Amino acid sequence: MAKRRRPKPKPPPSRRPVLVARHRAALRASETLDLNRCERFLQHEARLLDEGKFDDWLALFTPDGCYWVPSEPDQENPHDMVSLIYDDRRLLETRVRRLASPRIYSQEPRSRTSRIVSNVSIEDGDNNACTVRSKLLMVEYRRGAQRLFAGTAFHRLVQADGLILIASKRVDLLNCDAPLDGIVVPF
Amino acid sequence: MSNVDAELDRLIAPGRVHRHIYSDPAIFELEMDRIFGAAWIYVGHESQIKNPGDYFATRMGRKPVVLVRDEQGAVRVIHNQCAHRGALVVATDQGKAAEFICCYHGWTYHLDGRIKAVPLNHGYPQGFDPKNPKMAMLPLPRVKSYRGFVFASEASDGPSLEEWLGHMTTSLDDMIDRAPDGEIEVAGGVFKHAYDGNWKVYFENLCDAAHPLFTHRSSIDAALQQSDDVHSDGAGEIAIRQMRQNGAPYSFWESQVGIWTYPNGHSYLGDYHDDAKLVAALKDPVFREYIAALERKKGKAEAKRILEVRRWNSNIYPNVSLMSQFQQLRVVHPIAVNRTVVHAYSFRLKGAPDQMFRNTISFANIVNGTGSLVLTDDLEIYNRLDMGMSSKGSEWLQVGRGYQSDVPDAHGGRRGKNSTSEVYIRNMLDAWLGLMTKGHAAPARAAS
Repeated sequence: MAKRRRPKPKPPPSRRPVLVARHRAALRASETLDLNRCERFLQHEARLLDEGKFDDWLALFTPDGCYWVPSEPDQENPHDMVSLIYDDRRLLETRVRRLASPRIYSQEPRSRTSRIVSNVSIEDGDNNACTVRSKLLMVEYRRGAQRLFAGTAFHRLVQADGLILIASKRVDLLNCDAPLDGIVVPF
Repeated sequence: MSNVDAELDRLIAPGRVHRHIYSDPAIFELEMDRIFGAAWIYVGHESQIKNPGDYFATRMGRKPVVLVRDEQGAVRVIHNQCAHRGALVVATDQGKAAEFICCYHGWTYHLDGRIKAVPLNHGYPQGFDPKNPKMAMLPLPRVKSYRGFVFASEASDGPSLEEWLGHMTTSLDDMIDRAPDGEIEVAGGVFKHAYDGNWKVYFENLCDAAHPLFTHRSSIDAALQQSDDVHSDGAGEIAIRQMRQNGAPYSFWESQVGIWTYPNGHSYLGDYHDDAKLVAALKDPVFREYIAALERKKGKAEAKRILEVRRWNSNIYPNVSLMSQFQQLRVVHPIAVNRTVVHAYSFRLKGAPDQMFRNTISFANIVNGTGSLVLTDDLEIYNRLDMGMSSKGSEWLQVGRGYQSDVPDAHGGRRGKNSTSEVYIRNMLDAWLGLMTKGHAAPARAAS
């Protein structure tokens, strides 16, 4: 095997204290995970993604959180069938780090996105953990062309120390099994 | 030589190719006739149609076809078009049917494409005969399975499939040999990734050992900087190992990887990953379990021989590429001169541990996934190739690296002195020119 020097691992961006503090300030510990808070959380998440603040987005996930975009409608799990994206926490960190790379040619020029999150409902859960279903419309503009993505998102949200975090996020795209050009910006 | 042939002939010179073969719509139309309408084209795998009535709808070039197992169990490939008014008959990607019925006027077909029933069968001109074999969902003139891999050809004569494949049968064998039970099946879904570019550049990139270090820099860097202490359920671990491997320096590609080419445009990149390094390390318990199963079924010597076959991408011209080591198969579907869709499948090795297949899925996601951290940069390259090639500027493209140093090899092959030779592109261009002008993939001049 080729020998190479591995750069010293950088600390994961999620531990940047300033972000945690800002996020903590927005949410109070005593509150329950009701529809209103969940909806505001999803809108906050969509805004971070639209603004390209991917490090801040990553900070919303739990240390063992995962992110999943299935390749087929009603796909049962991410292990026995391929997925458009299936990232455990380690790969999600790598994905986000790559998005910041000056040599990410598939983002040269950068995409711009505009998302609408709507039809939010709580599917199940209690005061400290719940599954939230929402509808997503995302327009992506890059190099003269616009693409429209529509889908349903399922967030497993957990509350710890007054923070809402994403334990898992699944996005079912309407056209998940269509021929698709490359997907670089997360939904 | 016709005028058209003479013009095509001028597009390929030693170590150079004219950009028109990637950007001229008229040449694309000719390719659909002379390559996709003549050569052996990969259609699908028999495991996709296990039982009588099972079908899989796909395309050969732009022509819609159905791969189907008939009532007698024979594998058929028929044109997916009604003989009446020309409508597409089978509209779903796969399924099971007792017969095929056109949704327009109910013309009904046997699974082998023969007409079964024509409603309102009266008043037609003399000579109208639904039993005439020319009135059917027309079977492809030649259909042949090589150990489960089904190919078809629009040409009624020409080289047999085995002659066409030549030494590349060993790559197909390697796909199957790796299964302890000697059987493989398509499983785990399919990726369909698309780009605005010519179909040929996809194939040319698959054996390109000189691009990963540059094109994939963003994912290499991100993976190298990733802490291994962060939680992974195994999927990320495999992906990150693969991305780091892409960062091997040029000296590694020059000295430890090889590129082999064979007649008819075929090639493979070999000696790249060995099993100790990638999907399952030798010390990995799942992989040890797999090796034990392989040895139990095949004997120690044969298991060792199988595991030492180290091929990365094997390209079978013009439309299928295998990664036998990791159970991947990609089918290239040309849509237009500047639009291509690639379908990427995974295979399950029968008799291997279940976790082995899950590792294959993780590998597929990072290597062939539409949202992969690696493939998306390749797709960007294909788009940019088209944006460049379709513009006026450099008329001639350089494909000459290694031209002076390639060496003849066994089985009529020719290999690069090292893996970064562009011999595989020149070899494909030779096959291209042969098919486009002579009706067969004769040796031409790009590689000689």
